[in-house]
Amino acid sequence: MRPALEAGFWLLALSGFWLMPEQLPLLGQAAIAALFVLSLDLLVGYAGVLTLGHAAFFGLGAYGAGLLAQQGWGEPLSGLLAAALLAGLLGLLTAPLVLRGGDLPALMVTLGLSLMLGEAANKLPGLTGGADGLLGVEIWPVLGLFRFDLHGRTAFLYALAVLFLLFLLARRITASPFGLALRGIRGNARRMPALGTPVRRRLVAAYALSAAYAGIAGALLAQTTQFVSLDALSFQRSAEGLLMLVLGGLGALYGAMLGAIVFTLAHHLLSEMSPLFWQFWIGLALVGLALAGRGGLLGLGAALLGRRA
Amino acid sequence: MLTVLLDGLAAGMLLFVLSVGLSVTLGLMNFVNLAHGAFGMAGGYLCVVLLNRLGLPFLACLLAAALCTGLLGLALERLLYRRLYGRDHLEQVLFSIGLVFIAGAAVDWLMGARQQLITLPPWLSGRVELGGVGLGVYRLFLIAVCTGLLLALHLGLVRTRFGSRLRAAVDDAVVARGLGIPVERLFAVTFALGSGLAGLGGALGVEVLGLDPTFPLKYMVYFLIVVAVGGANTVIGPFLAAILLGLVDVAGKYYLPQFGAFGIYTAMVALLILRPQGLLARAAAR
Repeated sequence: MRPALEAGFWLLALSGFWLMPEQLPLLGQAAIAALFVLSLDLLVGYAGVLTLGHAAFFGLGAYGAGLLAQQGWGEPLSGLLAAALLAGLLGLLTAPLVLRGGDLPALMVTLGLSLMLGEAANKLPGLTGGADGLLGVEIWPVLGLFRFDLHGRTAFLYALAVLFLLFLLARRITASPFGLALRGIRGNARRMPALGTPVRRRLVAAYALSAAYAGIAGALLAQTTQFVSLDALSFQRSAEGLLMLVLGGLGALYGAMLGAIVFTLAHHLLSEMSPLFWQFWIGLALVGLALAGRGGLLGLGAALLGRRA
Repeated sequence: MLTVLLDGLAAGMLLFVLSVGLSVTLGLMNFVNLAHGAFGMAGGYLCVVLLNRLGLPFLACLLAAALCTGLLGLALERLLYRRLYGRDHLEQVLFSIGLVFIAGAAVDWLMGARQQLITLPPWLSGRVELGGVGLGVYRLFLIAVCTGLLLALHLGLVRTRFGSRLRAAVDDAVVARGLGIPVERLFAVTFALGSGLAGLGGALGVEVLGLDPTFPLKYMVYFLIVVAVGGANTVIGPFLAAILLGLVDVAGKYYLPQFGAFGIYTAMVALLILRPQGLLARAAAR
């Protein structure tokens, strides 16, 4: 994408800090959602692996970082790292189970694993707080300098900074030979071995990478809200992630983030009216997007720009 | 012990009726329909409304629930599902999850979020003593009805012309089309039949499985297990899978309540890993 547009995107995101000072917690949520969808995009959009259980990694990261802080180590950056390692490890362990070939087994195994994790968290109230959520999470100031405040200023800037850095990393990765190999696998997994690509190993790596990204997103949520609930592991979160991804545009990093931002803001506006209608609207959006086909908002924007040029 | 066995058997039978339609959808059109449970929910609510508000006899309610959801399935198939055949699985998944959300919200708005209860007619409630053990009459009724359905479906699939066409189409849709079998129409009819059965299962299951707007999501996993474990080309495969699942589920809830649904999810993942082709599948099939 053109550099001016890119710079504009990030400046606009940063300007939210001054333009919407009352809504900073919401903007922080949007940044976290964007990171989660970025991780889904790496897996679904680039590698072409379907998942219905990405919330497992998000929730694991959230509970990992939350528990670490609850037990007395509230340093945020090392918390993120720990969550990434934890989720990445789970991804590495479960990848062979998920990548057995075929979309349906992948869908079901990911769904089953995330439900297992959710039920485990629900049934272990001693560790996770169960349905009450994990309380008593205390996070130290970022870099020892910036204290988390009630207005969500630090939280927003922290989440945005992490998103920006991880986005840069993701852009490097998707432009690297590894990222190109993933696109090739998505296009035609049978031909890629002929080009010398070890398909399986690439997919396992992509799965673990995506899991680590989702873990960091979960950890960010735990740290900025200082609370973790079972919601972090729910099926709803996995499904909403997919919706945001398809809304923004599959297989494009900016599409993923755009979808997350639009979704989070729409959620805020519509669910103020009625949470019931909100569920209805998500359903309608999903059906509409599926019937209308690929492209999402980003595809729409590109089509408009292309027509003008 | 016998009570647990009977409960598990009844629950398994219900799961079979609810999910047998899904196995055909998945096997025939390779369509990942996560919204199958929504038809079960529709049948359940129809039955509740007809029984509690209009006071129709229970059997008439069951029949009406099956018919109406069958028609609903036919309409949705012709209007919406048809457009998504042959598209990739992600779009089908999104579409059907969307349908589940819409159905949940609509039911919540119309009927409220609480659990629905029905009062069974006197001849179906109570217990009978059999060899010193009390058995719920409704459980026995469920088992009888579902066994009848199983036999009818099995004979229908094996003996009739419709059944042999269906099996041919599931085995290889391209060749079946080449032989002049109207696969599209076959599929529409089967989809309606499957939805109708789901509706009947939902109506029968109000008393056993419970009914609230989260029904399709709550049991989605169960349906998927039945289908994945049972395979697509027989009635017996999903049946055995459903019975197994019902027994494991009820026994787990009865003897190890502290684990909740954990056991069933573990069983599902384990089965998927050990027998990805299904319980009865011939290893060489495709």
